[in-house]
Formats: sequence, C-alpha cells, structure tokens
Amino acid sequence: MSGHATYQPQSGFMKWMERRLPIGGLIHSSFVVYPTPRNLNYLWTFGGILSMMLAIQIITGIVLTMHYTPHVDLAFKSVEGIMRDVNYGWLMRYLHANGAAMFFFAVYIHIFRGLYYGSYKEPREVLWILGVIIYLLMMATGFMGYVLVWGQMSFWAATVITNLFSAIPGVGEAIVTWLWGGYAVGNPTLNRFYSLHFLLPFVIAGVVVLHVWALHVAGQNNPTGIEPKSDKDTVPFTPYATMKDGFFMVCFLLLYCWFVFYMPNFLGHADNYIPANPAVTPAHIVPEWYYLPFYAILRAIPDKLMGVVAMVAAILVLAFVPWLDTSKVKSARYRPLFKQFFWLFVAVCIGLGWLGAKPAEGIYVVLSQIFTVYYFAFFLVIMPLLGIFEKTKPLPNSISESVLDAKA
Amino acid sequence: MAMTIQRNLIALAVAGSLAAAAAAPALAAEAAPPPPRVSWSFSGPFGKFDQGQLQRGFKVYREVCASCHSLSFVAFRNLADPGGLGYSAAQATAVAAEYQIQDLDDAGQPVERPGRLADYFPKPFPNALAAAAANGGVAPPDLSTMAKARTYERGFPWFVFDMFTQYQEQGPDYIHALLLGYRDPPPEGFKLPPGAHYNEYFSGHAIAMPNPMSDGQVTYDDGSPATAAQYAKDVTAFMMWAAEPHMMARKRIGLQVMIFLIVLAGLMYFTKKKIWHQVERPREIAAGQDPDKTTI
Amino acid sequence: MTTGSSAEHTRRDFLYIATGAVAAVGGAAVMVPLISQMNPDASTIAAGAPIEIDLAPIADGQIIKVFWRSMPIFISHRTKAEIDAARNVNLATLKDPQPDSARVKEGHEQWLVVIGICTHLGCIPLAHQGDYNGWFCPCHGSAYDTSGRIRVGPAPTNLPLPPYTFVSDTRIRIG
Repeated sequence: MSGHATYQPQSGFMKWMERRLPIGGLIHSSFVVYPTPRNLNYLWTFGGILSMMLAIQIITGIVLTMHYTPHVDLAFKSVEGIMRDVNYGWLMRYLHANGAAMFFFAVYIHIFRGLYYGSYKEPREVLWILGVIIYLLMMATGFMGYVLVWGQMSFWAATVITNLFSAIPGVGEAIVTWLWGGYAVGNPTLNRFYSLHFLLPFVIAGVVVLHVWALHVAGQNNPTGIEPKSDKDTVPFTPYATMKDGFFMVCFLLLYCWFVFYMPNFLGHADNYIPANPAVTPAHIVPEWYYLPFYAILRAIPDKLMGVVAMVAAILVLAFVPWLDTSKVKSARYRPLFKQFFWLFVAVCIGLGWLGAKPAEGIYVVLSQIFTVYYFAFFLVIMPLLGIFEKTKPLPNSISESVLDAKA
Repeated sequence: MAMTIQRNLIALAVAGSLAAAAAAPALAAEAAPPPPRVSWSFSGPFGKFDQGQLQRGFKVYREVCASCHSLSFVAFRNLADPGGLGYSAAQATAVAAEYQIQDLDDAGQPVERPGRLADYFPKPFPNALAAAAANGGVAPPDLSTMAKARTYERGFPWFVFDMFTQYQEQGPDYIHALLLGYRDPPPEGFKLPPGAHYNEYFSGHAIAMPNPMSDGQVTYDDGSPATAAQYAKDVTAFMMWAAEPHMMARKRIGLQVMIFLIVLAGLMYFTKKKIWHQVERPREIAAGQDPDKTTI
Repeated sequence: MTTGSSAEHTRRDFLYIATGAVAAVGGAAVMVPLISQMNPDASTIAAGAPIEIDLAPIADGQIIKVFWRSMPIFISHRTKAEIDAARNVNLATLKDPQPDSARVKEGHEQWLVVIGICTHLGCIPLAHQGDYNGWFCPCHGSAYDTSGRIRVGPAPTNLPLPPYTFVSDTRIRIG
C-alpha cells in the first residue's frame, strides 16, 4: 500500500520523454508516491486550497485585464463595463474581488496552523521564510489590485499607504514622489500599479514553487510534531492526500461562492463604488479586512515613524520565529502553556482587526496599544522564555502509535 | 493638458462644495439613526426584482431625479435587458427616441438627434463643474452605482449575523430612509447652514439636496398609490437595479453552483472515506473484519 | 448485510466514476464563462445596430466608404460603363463565378454595396484601381472588378455583400 516504488514509465512516449525531460518522474515522486504523514488533519489541506486560490486569481485576473483600461478617466468606467456589458464580466470581477479575501482568509489559517504545530522549526526554517515572503507579496499584490478599481477607497488607500514611505527620515518624500511618478497619486501611479499587479502573482507562483520544493525536501510537519520514522507513519500523497485536499477544496469553494453569488459586496467597501475624487477624502478610510490588524498597529503608536516601523516589524517578526521559539517540542498539542498563549494571540489578532476598523480615538487607541504590546510580546518574550520554562507533555514514540492510541 | 486643468478645476469646485457639507457633521454631535429595514423583493438568496416596481421607479427617476442626477452607466438598451424592467426592445427604442442625444453631423458640427438603444442616458449637466454651479456648489452624484455606494455602519455583532442572513440591503435601506427623512422645520436648536436642508438620516443632518418627494408628484399607470412613500421605495428599487443589473442572473447561477458543489462535496467525502478506510481502521482489517459492515 | 468482494468493487468503482464525472462536468461548466467573456460584449453588439445611409449626395462614378460594425463598407455609384463592364464578363473565366445581377438589388443596379475587406488577408483594397477598374489590394495584389468580384491575385472569393435593404430610392439600411 505504501510501497514507494520508483517511477516506471508506462507508455512508449513517456519512456522516450523520461530520458530527455523526466517530468513524469518528477510529478510521480512529488505528487503521487511522496510520503505524507498519515495523521494530517484538515488544517493541512489549506496549502492545496491556497494553490487553487492563486490559480483562480490568476485566471480571473487575466480575464479582467482583457477588459480593463488603466487610465484615471477610464478605469472606473471600464470596471463598470465589465460589471454590466462583458459576458459573465460580473462573475469574473466578483470571483476576483472575493477571491482576494478568500485567499487571505486561507493564508491566515495556514499561518496560524504553522504557528500552532511548530511547522517553522528545524528543518523547515527556509520553508517558513519563503511563506513569509509569499505573504508579503500577497499583501503588495492585493493592495495594488484594490487601487485599480479607482474608486474613492482605491484612491485614498493608495495615497495613505504610499505615504507610509514618507516616514523614512531624509529620503522619505523623494521615495513617495518616485512611487507616485508625480506630486500626488495619479495616472502614472495607476499605470505602474497595474503593471506590478499583473507581474507579482507570477512572482508569487515562482516563490510557491520554491515553497513546495522546500516542503518536499523537509517533508510535512504533522499534528504530533515528530518526524515520520517508518513507512507505517506515512501514506502516499495520491490518492490519500489528493482526495482529502480535493474534498476540502470543494468545501472551501462553497464558502467562496456563498459570498460571490449572494453577498458579493459584503467584504468590500461602499465608498469604492464612488469614482475616485482627489479633492475629497472619505469620512472613514478603512483598508480591506485582511490588512486591518496591521492598520491597528500603525495607528496604535502616536509617532509617524515609529508607527510605520511597528507595522513593518509586525510582519517581519514572523520571519524570525524559527529562532525566537526555543522549545524543543514542536506541536502545541504537547505544550500546555504555549497553547494558551497561542489562543490568546489569535484573539488579539482578531481584536486588532476589529480595532483597525474603528475610529482611532478614545478607548480604541488604548486597546490597540495593549493588543500591540501583546502581539510583539508573544514573539519576542513569550516564545523564547516558554522554551526554557515550559514543562511539556510526553511525546508519543511515533506517528502511528499516536494514531492508534487516539483510536483506542 | 487642457483636460488636466479642467479636472483640477472640477476637483477644486467639488472639494469646496463638499468641504462645506463635511464641516456640518462636526457641528452636529448627534449621530444619524440607523435607517429602518424595508422589505425588498430583491433581498435574500431567491430575491427577484419586481418588474412593475422597477418601471414605476424608472418613471420617478425620469420625472423627478433626472433633472439633476445623471445615470451615466445605464444605456437605453438596458431597459430591455432580461432580469430588469421587462420592456420589449421596441418599448426601449421608443423611450430612447424621446431623448435628444448630442452627436456630430457629417460635417463635424454638433447636432442633437433622437436617442438610440446603444446610447446612454444623457447627463443633465455638461460636466461636474456646471452641475455644481447650478446646484448651490454641490454636484448631484451620479445614480448608476448609488445603491451600492451608500451604506450605514452595522457594527459588531450584526455584521457577523449578516453573513448568514445575507442582509446586504444597507444601501437601499439608507437611500429609502434618506428620501423620506426630511424634516421641515428642523428640530429646535439645530443650526441649519444656509442652503442646506434638514435630513434625519444624513450624516450631520444638513444635506444640500432639497426634499425631492411629495405626494401626487408622479402619476402611476398601474394604480399604485401616488405617495411620496411609494415613490421613494420604487425609485430605490430602480437604483438597485441600475447598480446591479445582473443580480437575478447572479442569484440563479449561484443556486445552480451551490447545488452542484454540495453534490460534489458529498461524492468527494464518500470517495475520500472509502480510500482512507484502510488506513484509519488498520487493526480491524488486520483481524479480518471489515469495519464498514458493522456500521451499515 | 453481506457483500461479496466483487459487489464491493462495483460499488466502489461506481463511486469513483460518479465523483470523477461530476467533477469533469464542473470543469466543463467553468469553461463556459471563460470562453464566453471573449465574445463581443453588450455595448459592442449594441453599437453594431443597423445604420441608414443617404445615397443622394454620392455622385455618379463615386465610391464612398462608411463603417458598420467596425467594417468598411464601400458604396459604389456605378456609371453605365462600369455596369456594362461588370455584366459583359464570361462567368466561366471567374475564380468565384457570380453574375453581376446577384451582387446588386434589382432595380438599383447602379448601386454596389460591398464589405471593403480583401478576402485574402483582410486589408482594405483601394477604389478605382487595378486592371479591372474596381478595387486593388495593395497588400498582395488582388484585383477586383466593378462588381467587386476577384479577378486576379491570391484572394479566393469576391468581396462579400453586407445585409442591406433599400428604405427608399436614395436611402439604404445596412444591417
């Protein structure tokens, strides 16, 4: 059953091909016989779901570029043309807009899964850092895509986010002018964002290939956090993981389609149906929900430069997690204290998200500051210290033993 | 270059006008109340536009709103689109012909000709600057996307429940409430800026648009009550259609997609279970028992 | 409940095939919007509505060019000599044999209305040029006669006729 036979090409053509470009063998070893821990739960299907979302975003995005016009006078109009006149244009745009939100929703589950089960630990540090790079690229891509609609929120998001660079001492203003290609967000800005928004998804796809490569070198982590020791601990990727991934992908599509077909504008902002007006800022500038926690951190700090530094640091700190966590045990399943701090951290992130959508005044600022302190303390204080002081639970001897114990 | 200058002028004009409007909220500490929920035919997963209501709403738009508000993304041909007002192509052509459209003749001279199906609803003002100048400094907004461009804050935990109930008619509810939210004279102690009108649901309460609706203003052909309340409801439904003309196709295809995905998910689940059952019940299988037999 | 291993196999195979078939149907259905979106959109179709042309200002022997559905339409007001030239041709010598009467409306023989796109590779031929005094395509040397028929060159067929009707003696409606 789990005999990992080497690839034997069946047809004459594949034999011919195998001597010249062994793509059949690569697919066979990576996606057929590749051993996966037998105890993976459904949280491990989100890697596959993310690949699917990237594919959907690229396909619907290419469709949209066929009908979109990147010009300040025509961008909003062409988007409305897509919504009204292009055959199934409304479907393509709603798939793309809600797809971005679903992509981030899936990536957050994927990241929290990694944090909970210690998937960043030796020998998966590079795998984890590649993931952080993908996440950063996703944020840049999502932001620039949002600007392309050229509604009120697009324009003012572009203004506010690019202005973050003005906090850099000395060269900040020059950098912002360079980013804009003018003295304010305008047509050159829209054009370069369009270009980059088209380019970056393919860069993401490239880093995803590296991410999967690193995954296949180190092997998947699993809920016990102990490495597979024998064939009994693993099952071949196909059909076991493929079917499990496939099932949960369809479940995820159900959630996605709920929004696309029944409440396509729920996750968006009403102001973005007003064409961009460089003379009027909306009363409430709110980023898309997936940026809200970082937006809350930015606003929690009353100093311009330090706010930006804190926001950037909140993302970059993730890259150092493999070395900040000093525990010998990977999975939170055997780390009773870490588990509690972890769930508190999840609650704080959600709380920051909520605060990011609230006006920056009164109690909201105080709460943002408290949550921001915990956000950083979790990585910089709790993670290093817990590894030293925490008393962990005994680990099972092997994955198969833990599975059989759970069934008994 | 000329275009840029013009745009800047428009921008400045609009800025100035809205700055005046935006200053008002600061004076009025009192927040606008949430608009009352209206029962719309188009809400919910099976919601449909009411053709009669859209036709009435269109009449209200033509006779009341169109003198100030443009509808620039809607074309005459859209009146005959499926899932909308339900007019025939001939009826839509007749409507189009009632409008005069600016065009160029063979000699390149500006002329006016009767509208065709491919034409868009003409704008009441040649540009935003002129629109602002003619309306006390505030350009009346375009109504094409209005029903999606307005909302009100639902707040926690309501927005969570909305995901399950599919409540997403905040825009229409707000517009409906606003159209009927005028109070003349304003409540005692409220200092109304000159040229503004008091509206209960407008942020800051001081709105530049005068009360547009009054009873008996529009004559309905289908015997519906000729009241301001009815006009407000009908024209709001019309605006929802204008903003989301493919809503009915979207919900219809959505139902098909959801049913398909549920069937596929069920099949995938059983296939997955079948494949995994040897891995998940290895002891029973090793002992010569098929665990599935006992469960069926 | 007892099930033999072959019955068990059949049931399992049916499940696999059903799952695969339903997934394949879904994949095919997804192609519908992806392909359909590249077809002309509603505004393009609306802009391609019929147009009316006033023929009165077109002088004898003059050819004008109008656009319908983004295609150039040649309207040729043919002289007596041009009509005769078009009629007095041995059809057997033509690459795409078609009598002149089949290319004009009865009673309006002086008006030839053709789509001005060379049937070779889509260039716009030049009017009153070439050996046959009809149209000459500068791209690859196809020459058409005064009836818009291909006479020499690589083009395979005559210039196509757009759908049109005479609304009155001096007015046509294309489309």
